[in-house]
Amino acid sequence: MSLRIVVTVKYVPDATGDRHFAEDLTVDRDDVDGLLSELDEYAVEQALQIADEADDAEITVLTVGPEDAKDALRKALSMGADKAVHVEDDDLHGTDIVGTSLVLAKAIEKAGFDLVVCGMASTDGTAGVVPALLAERLGVPQVTLLSEVSVEDGVVKGRRDGDTASEQVEASLPAVVSVTDQSGEARYPSFKGIMAAKKKPVESWDLSDLGLEADEVGLAGAWTVVDAAAERPARSAGTIVKDEGEGGKQLAEFLAGQKFI
Amino acid sequence: MAEVLVYVDHVDGAVRKPTLELLTLARRLGEPVALALGAGAADTAAALAEHGATRVLTHDAAEYADYLVVPKVDALQAAYEAVSPAAVLVPSSAEGKEIAARLAVRVGSGVITDATDLQAGEQGPVATQSAFAASFTTTTRVSKGTPVITVKPNSAPVESAPAAGTVEALAVSFSEQATGTKVTARTPRASTGRPDLTEAAIVVSGGRGVNGAENFGIIEALADSLGAAVGASRAAVDAGWYPHSNQVGQTGKSVSPQLYIANGISGAIQHRAGMQTSKTIVAVNKDAEAPIFDLVDYGVVGDLFDVVPQLTEEVNTRKG
Ligand SMILES: Cc1cc2nc3c(=O)[nH]c(=O)nc-3n(C[C@H](O)[C@H](O)[C@H](O)COP(=O)(O)OP(=O)(O)OC[C@H]3O[C@@H](n4cnc5c(N)ncnc54)[C@H](O)[C@@H]3O)c2cc1C
Ligand SMILES: Cc1cc2nc3c(=O)[nH]c(=O)nc-3n(C[C@H](O)[C@H](O)[C@H](O)COP(=O)(O)OP(=O)(O)OC[C@H]3O[C@@H](n4cnc5c(N)ncnc54)[C@H](O)[C@@H]3O)c2cc1C
Repeated sequence: MSLRIVVTVKYVPDATGDRHFAEDLTVDRDDVDGLLSELDEYAVEQALQIADEADDAEITVLTVGPEDAKDALRKALSMGADKAVHVEDDDLHGTDIVGTSLVLAKAIEKAGFDLVVCGMASTDGTAGVVPALLAERLGVPQVTLLSEVSVEDGVVKGRRDGDTASEQVEASLPAVVSVTDQSGEARYPSFKGIMAAKKKPVESWDLSDLGLEADEVGLAGAWTVVDAAAERPARSAGTIVKDEGEGGKQLAEFLAGQKFI
Repeated sequence: MAEVLVYVDHVDGAVRKPTLELLTLARRLGEPVALALGAGAADTAAALAEHGATRVLTHDAAEYADYLVVPKVDALQAAYEAVSPAAVLVPSSAEGKEIAARLAVRVGSGVITDATDLQAGEQGPVATQSAFAASFTTTTRVSKGTPVITVKPNSAPVESAPAAGTVEALAVSFSEQATGTKVTARTPRASTGRPDLTEAAIVVSGGRGVNGAENFGIIEALADSLGAAVGASRAAVDAGWYPHSNQVGQTGKSVSPQLYIANGISGAIQHRAGMQTSKTIVAVNKDAEAPIFDLVDYGVVGDLFDVVPQLTEEVNTRKG
């Protein structure tokens, strides 16, 4: 029996670029290059490894985002995923966490799945909650924040490293998994992979394909509202000294002056 | 007065500091009602009452330890229905955020994650968030349903504000999903005796410049002289020199101490995301061009193997 894996991948502004907000206080996507959220590369990688271990598996990568978000899908396809779904609709602009999880859940149901693999968090919103929300909405177990993951005989197992303990967890499929950046380096797309990706199918779905109304998503339908966004004032230039044998003592003097010692 | 539901993070009855901070914030919005779950839940009552909880709802069951997250969501939902709060506050741990978000979807509310401050506003609580590696500050509100907000550690002072803290047993019935993800083994993290990274007033971190697990001893010695927690960059963690649980940054812990000392750390954007809001920042790096120096209040351009031991010795001498 074939294992149907859906990997959710987000298209985000490059963290090393000059990220800022647009006038409507959503993320400005025009001034900064976008890319596949680096933490979702780990999700693609683990999905590929799980598929390799399975008798027969098919990986669909799924993104909800604007036109350019196709780039994120291409990257995942060139790493080795089989096909892609792009949920794209003008009314999605400004969708928040609750709305994003709604759209993704509808799309995952439509695609059909045994296993959903997500990143641990996006690199822009960084909430880290969409995977748990997908489990909630799909009514399947959440097996999230795994630094190790494997699937065997319809059971997903993994290691979840928490604040106070490291846990071994397991659940029966279907399930939603998210993986951390400790789960193993993501592979680079090969030249062959990049060429093959050009021929792989990318489907486009809009809200009506998912049976959703415009007022359930987007800025207008959002459950949260951003009232203001201000750039953090630059830190005033600090004192910088060169160590000429007394650097540690000078630093101690500073710390004492600040009452840390 | 409106009640505000506060989810309690505790270890066997010992309330962790971020929850006490939540009580300070909750009192700005209404009367705090605390929910404590699992082994030792009732033992939290004294500390919670001391910090302003008027009521403490408790429930213990094996499910909280044996299964992942969902039993706690079921309990929080039961408390939500019993209290009809004006807002729900949850500490921003990885698990706390998942619990909060699932509750929000269940009750038809919006969720705000990783708030760094909270004030009462005319249209409900106004949360402050840090965005894009802390280069922006935003203010956000929940516009539909009851605000569910997770709050980062070190976002508010811990204040004593004695209240009744009446303990009440909460009735919880678990959903079908509650037993979906089994915890088959648990290895508690060994205690180092040092303060918890996210709660510490001072954090001393080491990066690739520390150049080996064996050299982290000099970072630990400095930390111990200052009573600080030890942090590490991802480069140091990936090299296996220090445990991942000590990683500071986007995919590690985010810290906001009074003093952060970065040693042999260049200051990549993902590292800054986890420490940029520290009150005072100090760095030791042999490269004068390292981006970390753009953030510092005081920086020493030099070899950490010379500077750090000298600093440690000086701190120990001054403490006398
Ligand atoms: C600085 C900032 C703060 C924000 N704060 C809030 C807030 O407090 N409340 C709120 O409701 N909204 C908030 N948003 C909006 C929110 O980020 C988006 O709605 C987002 O699409 C979902 O949250 P996330 O990016 O944080 O995802 P996370 O929960 O961090 O993402 C985890 C995983 O979910 C999957 N995923 C997430 N989004 C997509 C997608 N569009 N397509 C495919 N896969 C996806 C990926 O696998 C990803 O690795 C914020 C946005 C920004 C930029
Ligand atoms: C998706 C993603 C998530 C990430 N998450 C994190 C995260 O959570 N935390 C994190 O830290 N990084 C994270 N990173 C990695 C980050 O981009 C950097 O690679 C990392 O922070 C570099 O660590 P470093 O500063 O220790 O090493 P380097 O950048 O190599 O810097 C080492 C510094 O040490 C100095 N040095 C060397 N020898 C000495 C000496 N003897 N004395 C004094 N100074 C010396 C050098 O001048 C240099 O500045 C993430 C990256 C990605 C893509």
